[in-house]
Parts: sequence; structure tokens; C-alpha cells
Amino acid sequence: MNDYEVVIGLEVHVQVKANSKMFTRVKTGFGHPENTLTDPVVLALPGVLPVMNHAALDAIIKSGLLLSCDIAPYCKWDRKNYFYPDSPKNYQITQYDKPICLRGNVEIELPGSARNVMGEHKLIPLTRIHLEEDVGKLNHAAFDSLIDYNRAGTPLMEIVTDPAMQSADEAFAFLTALKTVMVYGGISDCDMEKGQMRCDANISIRPKGQEQLGTKVELKNLNSISYVRDGISHEILRQLSLLKSGGKIVQETRDYDGQTGTSQSLRTKEDAHDYRYFPDPDLMPVKVDDAWKARLKAECPEMPFDKQRRFMKEYDIPYTITSVLIPDKSLSDYFEATAKLCGQAHAAGNWIANDLLREIGKSGEPIDQCKIKPNHLAALIKLITAGTISTTAAREVFSEMASTGELPEKIVERKGLTASASSDDLETWCKDSIASDPKALAEFKAGKDSAINAFKGPVMKAAKGKANPKLVDETLRRLLAL
Amino acid sequence: MSEPLHYKSVAELSSELSSKKISSVELTQAVIARTKAVDAKVRAFNSFDEADALAQAKASDERRSSAKTLGVLDGIPIGFKDVISVKGQPLTASSNMLKNFVSPYDATVTQKLKGVGAISWGRLNLDEFAMGSSTENSAFGQTHNPWDLERVPGGSSGGSAAALAAGEAPATLGSDTGGSIRQPAALCGVVGLKPTYGLISRYGLIAFASSLDQIGPFTRTVEDSAILLNAIAGHDPMDSTSFKTEIPDYRAELKKRKGPWKLGIPKEYFGEGLDPEVAKAVEDAVSYYKSKGCEIKEISLPHTKYAVGVYYIIATAECSSNLARYDGVRYGHRSKDANDILDLYFKSRAEGFGAEVKRRIILGTYVLSSGYQDAYYVRAQKVRTLIRRDFLEAYKDVDAVITPTSPTPAFKAGEKAANPLAMYLCDVYTIGVNLAGLPGLSIPCGYSKSGLPIGLQLIGKPYGESELLSIAHSYEQEHTWGTRHPNIEAQKGAL
Amino acid sequence: MSADKIDINHLAKLARINLTEQEKERFAAQLGDVLNYIAELKEVDVTGIEPTAHASPVYNVWAEDIAKPGLSVTEALQNAPAQRDNMIVVPKVVE
Repeated sequence: MNDYEVVIGLEVHVQVKANSKMFTRVKTGFGHPENTLTDPVVLALPGVLPVMNHAALDAIIKSGLLLSCDIAPYCKWDRKNYFYPDSPKNYQITQYDKPICLRGNVEIELPGSARNVMGEHKLIPLTRIHLEEDVGKLNHAAFDSLIDYNRAGTPLMEIVTDPAMQSADEAFAFLTALKTVMVYGGISDCDMEKGQMRCDANISIRPKGQEQLGTKVELKNLNSISYVRDGISHEILRQLSLLKSGGKIVQETRDYDGQTGTSQSLRTKEDAHDYRYFPDPDLMPVKVDDAWKARLKAECPEMPFDKQRRFMKEYDIPYTITSVLIPDKSLSDYFEATAKLCGQAHAAGNWIANDLLREIGKSGEPIDQCKIKPNHLAALIKLITAGTISTTAAREVFSEMASTGELPEKIVERKGLTASASSDDLETWCKDSIASDPKALAEFKAGKDSAINAFKGPVMKAAKGKANPKLVDETLRRLLAL
Repeated sequence: MSEPLHYKSVAELSSELSSKKISSVELTQAVIARTKAVDAKVRAFNSFDEADALAQAKASDERRSSAKTLGVLDGIPIGFKDVISVKGQPLTASSNMLKNFVSPYDATVTQKLKGVGAISWGRLNLDEFAMGSSTENSAFGQTHNPWDLERVPGGSSGGSAAALAAGEAPATLGSDTGGSIRQPAALCGVVGLKPTYGLISRYGLIAFASSLDQIGPFTRTVEDSAILLNAIAGHDPMDSTSFKTEIPDYRAELKKRKGPWKLGIPKEYFGEGLDPEVAKAVEDAVSYYKSKGCEIKEISLPHTKYAVGVYYIIATAECSSNLARYDGVRYGHRSKDANDILDLYFKSRAEGFGAEVKRRIILGTYVLSSGYQDAYYVRAQKVRTLIRRDFLEAYKDVDAVITPTSPTPAFKAGEKAANPLAMYLCDVYTIGVNLAGLPGLSIPCGYSKSGLPIGLQLIGKPYGESELLSIAHSYEQEHTWGTRHPNIEAQKGAL
Repeated sequence: MSADKIDINHLAKLARINLTEQEKERFAAQLGDVLNYIAELKEVDVTGIEPTAHASPVYNVWAEDIAKPGLSVTEALQNAPAQRDNMIVVPKVVE
């Protein structure tokens, strides 16, 4: 392996989130009953004509702005002519030589040396992004095939990277990063199970130091981000072992089976298509001016990794917490709102990364449906810091907020959770606790400060959680100093 | 002498319906009766639905009696070339490929006509997929020229022209890609208009060559043409190539312009291949305009000789792609003995398409194919730019261009069928107009010694239909060519 | 000036149309004639001329992303040569 280097390029198709299809206004969707999302244009009935979807154009320009692409001032539509049963017109409307976005890059993060260590960041260059229309779905039965055209015509962005990745891990990181950007931008949810993101990989290997690329193999049917990584790893090994045994790499397309972890040849280069691309006479070209770009630029969110770096710097929260927050923009926004309200970024980060996420996971609802809003959580954190309630009480308040949506102060009042034990009781409980644990007392006297924590539990238990933690600590210390 | 009902103009019929002299049901019955009487000989129709037409007529009469008339065309039957989609009716393109296809949607022009109460009457024959100049390429049998049943009506909208000439409809719609409205109009002695590209929506018109196709009306008079144009012209959001432009009231504009006009005669259009009788009729028309004070200028359209070549590259390239959808998968003819999907494509298309269609698809595939595209397709589009420039340059000096529509009157069936190139050259005068995207109109301007109609073509400025129709109208007012009718009864039908 | 030669077999394959041997011969000859005619275009000086994509240059023709009703399944399949379970049936496609 050390004698060779790997060159990987990815071709990613991302379905744009849109109400209607790319060239006609029938509804888009996934999982609908077969052939219920069609119209004469989708089915390519005699006499129909395409009309561009304005929002899809916005989406791709926005994607280009997010990914630092050059947005072409002029672009047009071409017909890619080939026959296939999932393609109703037997040509696909796409962009051949004048795509709307050129160049650009995706920032990726590779795995770090440990889970809590940030990995290396790299920029993966893109070649181009263009818009086209998706095809229908072929369902294979025992003796024939059935075609569902619901997906046909859905707006699709094709993102092509330079052959610039060097490992399966980089490809995995690329797709993860791309997905996050697309979700942040509201462009697509990139759910591979729903066909919203699809990926083909081109893999070749060459001796280290050689400038010329090796023969490339195209890998298809990589149905999840993990399968992309696994498939690429498998292909690299296959090529290496082939070369080592004196064989030659054949330029071909291979189909990867994620279940078995094997691949097989689909077709070789000899069957290359002549697509006879020509400008589509039914559609007018597109001019993108500065005003259009400016409008979309104003809608662009902060990029995920920029946000992550900023969170670590501005809020001084650890990498591990940001790793949990960043992939979900609504979660990051929630964190930031909470931190700003209570001024306790660490606490906010912990509560969100642990308790809130657990709560959302339980309910299965998205974060904006959760009854605990940033102001609820901020108020709760403030109560804890002020010592008004104990951490134990806080957990109870949290659960209650999740089901009722009441503000924490109200719940504390209603349930009488204020750490309001009388100072006499407190004095008694503390004395009793110290008396009951001579071992801890000895350790404390010997200089081990953390031994004081051993006394706190019994005090809180006796107080039924209603003791002010700060006061407990003060009281204990005073008594211990005696 | 008053015309029988089936030969009256739309303007007259509209007026008689308005004054309740006739009802729409009566009119429609007369049209149906006439069709039944002559269509066995003429064969203009692929199909018609008598009950449906009468139901539409009844609805029109009901609207009229409750003072809810939708407009000038309410209650008037209009024939549709069988490439314009009408919901619930066959849409065959006169092809075996679509023999049993019934459309689930309306073309935009259909919706517009229904919206003004016009009656959709029957499906008219054409050269298969609009490819041809004689209607001999129809898979359902050829249409015969009512003036001489042994001759062709022209094409590809032969059925639309013949039906009108034979009194089987007061007006019809056709489509024109290289002359397919104007040439049959000339050969059948009626008025045929191809509008500026983009004026009338193509949504619902079976596409042949997307950058050239236009729907247009066949009528008895220029005024009728203006009436139809009023109803169907205008921007359509369903057609990205349809133009956003102010639509005038073409009928009202008609009489506003009296001329005199500056008319250009392109010297390249009067050379070899032009029948002397046609030349004479056109010259007489030019003399007429001159006598009315029009300035006649000889102009040059230097790239004329390349027009047919350019056309056959661009049109076949576009159609080879447009016709790829006819594959027997979702609709249309599917071969009975297909073993696999490839077989299904190859056989269904071989069985479904006629020879001319296959020829053009093959040629179109060739001019787009790898290694040849620059030499053919791209080059043709450049020469097309030059052809358009020729016209626009001429329009600096003239208001319209006058030419013959067809180099000869109607030729005999079978005469040119064996030689595709000879057939293509029938369109030599009309083709440049489609390439340049200009409006073109053919009006009757005489008859040959043997009684065959001769057509005069007037070509206008982009979106200059008002002016164009006025120029034509002023000639028409002082000539009676359009009042002659063919004697179908006296002729023996073809076997 | 002679025209380029047509490879009818290749073109018929690209166009997915079975041609009989007779048709191939006939078409090759007829299209050869047409191509000879078209070859004249080579003599035109097109230096600096842009190809006409559309007669009048218009840009940014689109519609807003508002979904409209489409066809019912029945309408969508009303002309289907073969259907089952609301889908179009074709011979088994091997991918």
C-alpha cells in the first residue's frame, strides 16, 4: 500500500427540496402511492413542454454561494439523448457545457486521534454543480419490471468533485460535510434512504510520485454514506491485489453490494454512449445578475465548521460538545440562544448535549416541537447558578418543563422545590452527616478537599432536595473548620 | 347568390348566429351533413365525433338563449389537425404509433377556443408527425385535393386545408414547421396563416421541430384569420418559447391600415423550378398592388438557396430528439413480440413509424452525432442567423415581402413520393420564413388553366400580423378568388 | 463536393429503430442525396456568426414553485400498453 496512492472523485446527486418538479408544477414527494405524482409533462405525453422551477434555480445558486463556487453569469439547458425506461422523454434535460456553478470546495474534517480530539480539516475542490431532472423508479419483479414515475422530474443537483480525495475516510467525511451544508442551507435533507442524495465514486490508484492517473473504476449503488466508505475501501483493496498479482485494472463500472461487501462488473467502457447533447429549444437560457446573487447571499447561513470554530472560541466550550451540536443547525441555534440568555455556555452545552437530546430522542419530535424553549433552559440554568435549586431538583424541573412547557420558576414554586430548608435544619443535617462518615472526615482533615462531597449526599437526602447547594457547602465547611 | 351554410365565412356565421337567423345546432348539422356527403372522396378527417359536436352546439345555443354567449366564435365548429391535443379525443399524428392514443389533456389553444365557445370538430389528417408536403405520408390513407381528387392537397396540414376547401368545416387549425399551413392553403385555394414564432402557444402541439413549429388558422377570408388569431394568440406560461407581447385586436386593426405599402420581391424566389402559371398569377398580384400606389422593390435574400439545407438539418435534429419519447413504454404502439426492453424499443418504433419519419429521425441522429455536430447542426444554426438577417435587412426598406407560396399548383399523388429531395423542394419558398421566425400568410391569387388554385405568400415583420393581414385584406377585397368552390360531386372518388 | 458517408447501422442503433436490409439500402441512398444537397452549406462564410438558438433572445423564463394538481393514476395509465399494480409493465430490465 505504501507504494501506491489512491485518487478518488465523487459524483453526488442531491434532490432539491421543492414543492414542484424541475420542469413542471406537479407535486414532488417520496413514498407516495405509485404514479400519483405525474402530469402530462412528467409522462412525456405528446405535445407537452417544460417550464423551469424558479425556486430550484435559487437553490442551486445558493448552494454555489455556500460552497464558494463561481456562479456563471449565463447558463443554458441541454438535452442528453439516451433511451432508458425510467426516462420518459428518452432524453434528460441537463446542463452540459455551461453549468450554473463552477469550481468551489467543501471543507471536511477527518477523524481525530481520539474521540475528543478534533481531526485534520481539508478543503476538497469541486469541479462543477449543475441542475437536471431526476428519473423514475424501476421496480424489478420476477419476470418483468414495473415503472413508477413519481420521482421523475424532481429537481436534482449534480455535484462533481475534482479527483482529489485520497481515502475512503475522506469520501465519508466529504459526504457528511456536504450533507450538513445542504441541511444548513435548507437546500436538501440529503436522506439517502429516501433517495435525496446519491453517490457514485470514481477510484484509481497509481504508483506514488507518478503524475498520470491510473485507470479509473466507477462504483455505483453506494446506498448510504457508510457503504460509500466501505465500497471504496473494498475497491482500493481489489485494485491493489489485482496489481500486485500482475493483473491490469480494466476501466469499468462496478456495482457494490453493501450487504455482502462485494462488487461486480456492470459494463465496460466499450459501451460508451453518444449523448448527442444539443441546446434544448424548448427552454430559454438563464442570466444570473449581481442582485440575484446578493439576495441569496443574504439568506446564506453561517457555515457549519465556521460556527464550530466560533463556538469553541467565543463560548469556550469543548470540541466534543460542539461535535454534538454542529451537525444539527437547529440544535446549534438553540444552544446559542440559550447561552446568550443565561451567559453560561458550558452549562447550556452540557444540558443540551445530554438532557435535551435525550428528551428529543425519547419523544421522537424535532427540536422546535419540544416544549422546552431556550428561554426555559436559560432560566433553569440561572436558578441553579444562583443556588435557588439543587441539581437534583433541576432534573425534576426539566422533566416537568418537557411535558407542560411551564417556565421553571413556576414549576419550582408549584412543587415547592426551592432549596429553602431552614438554617437550623441545615445545621442539624450537616452535623449528622459529618458524624456519620468518620472516614471522609479524616480524609478531609488530611487535606483532601473533595472529601467534602461525601457529606453532601446525605444532607440533600435529608433535605429532600430542598437544600441550597451553596449554603450546604458553606455550612459544611464552617462546621468542618471547627 | 348566397353561399350555402357550409361555405359561409366565420364572420358571416357569427353574425347569423348572433341575429338568431341560425342556431349552432343547425350550423353543426349542416357541417356534419356536408362532411358525410364528401369526406369519402376527400378523406380530410381521421375521425369525428358527431354526438360530441352536437352536444357542444346545444350547449352553445343554451348559452345564447340565456344571453351568456362567450364571444364571436361561440357555436362555430373548428376542425383540429390531429396533432393538437383535445382532452378525451384521439391524438394520432396520423401515425400507427399513436393509432389508439386518447389525450387526457387540452392544448392551450384548445382551452382558449373552448373558453370562447368554439366547437372542436373532428381530427384532421396530416403527413405523419407533420413530416411531409402532400399528406401522402399519413399512415391512415392520403387526403385528396377537393379541386382534383387525383392530386394532393399539400402538406403536412393537408386535411385541415382540404376540409375547409370542401366545406367540411368553417375554419380549421393546422401547424406549420416549413410551410405546412401555407403550402396546403395555396394548393387548396384558402387562406392559411403561420404566425410569428412565439405568438401562439405550442403547449399541446405534438412537437416536430421545436424552434420552428407554430399552430395557425385556415380560413376562407383574411378577416376570419384575424378572428381566429384574436382567440388563440397570446403568451402562455406553459410554453417557455411563447412571447410576452401586447396582443392587438387583429380584427379591429384590419381595416385601419390602408397602405400604400412598400413590398419587396426577392429575386432569388423567381428562378428555376417556378411554374409559369404560378409566376404569372403572382406577377398579376404585384401589378395590382402597384396600381394601388404601392412601391415595389426588388430585394435580395442572398442566403435563400441554403434554406432547405439548413431546415433539414435543424428540423431533423430536433425531431430525432422529440420523437424519442415514442417508444411503446408508457403509451402508443408496443410491439407484440418484444423479448426484452431493447427489443421493445427497436420493434415498436420500427412498426409504429412510417418511412419518412424514420428517414428524418436517422438524418437528425446523424447531424447530432459525435464528430458531426459542429459540421452540421452548429453550422446550420449559424447559417440560420444569416437567413434571418437577410429578412431583417430587407425590412429596413420594405413593409412586407411577396412571393409565390408553392412553386407549382397541386401535383398528382405519387408524383414526388418516390423522391424525398424533390418533395423537400416543394417548401423552398416557405421554409425561410420558419427559419427566420417571421409571420407568413398564403392567400388565393388565381387558378391555373386546369382550375387548380394558386397561392400568394406575404411575409411580414416579427409580430407584425396586423400589418400583414391588412396588406392581404386589401388585395382580397378586390378579388373574388376565394368565392370559387371545388366541384366534388362531379368527380369520381379515388379507389 | 461529396458528403460524409452515413453509417446506417450505427444510426439505427442510436435511434432504436429496426431497419430492414431493404430500408437500410434505400435510406442510405436517399439520405446520401440529401446530404449532398446539404453539403453546399460548407461554402457559407460563418466567421463570427453566432448560432441562432432562439429567434428573439429572452432569458429567465420560469414559473414559481407552486404545486398544481396533476393526473390521477387512471388518467396517467389510460393509454398504457401494459400495467400492473398502478405501474407500467415492461420486460425485465437488467441493470
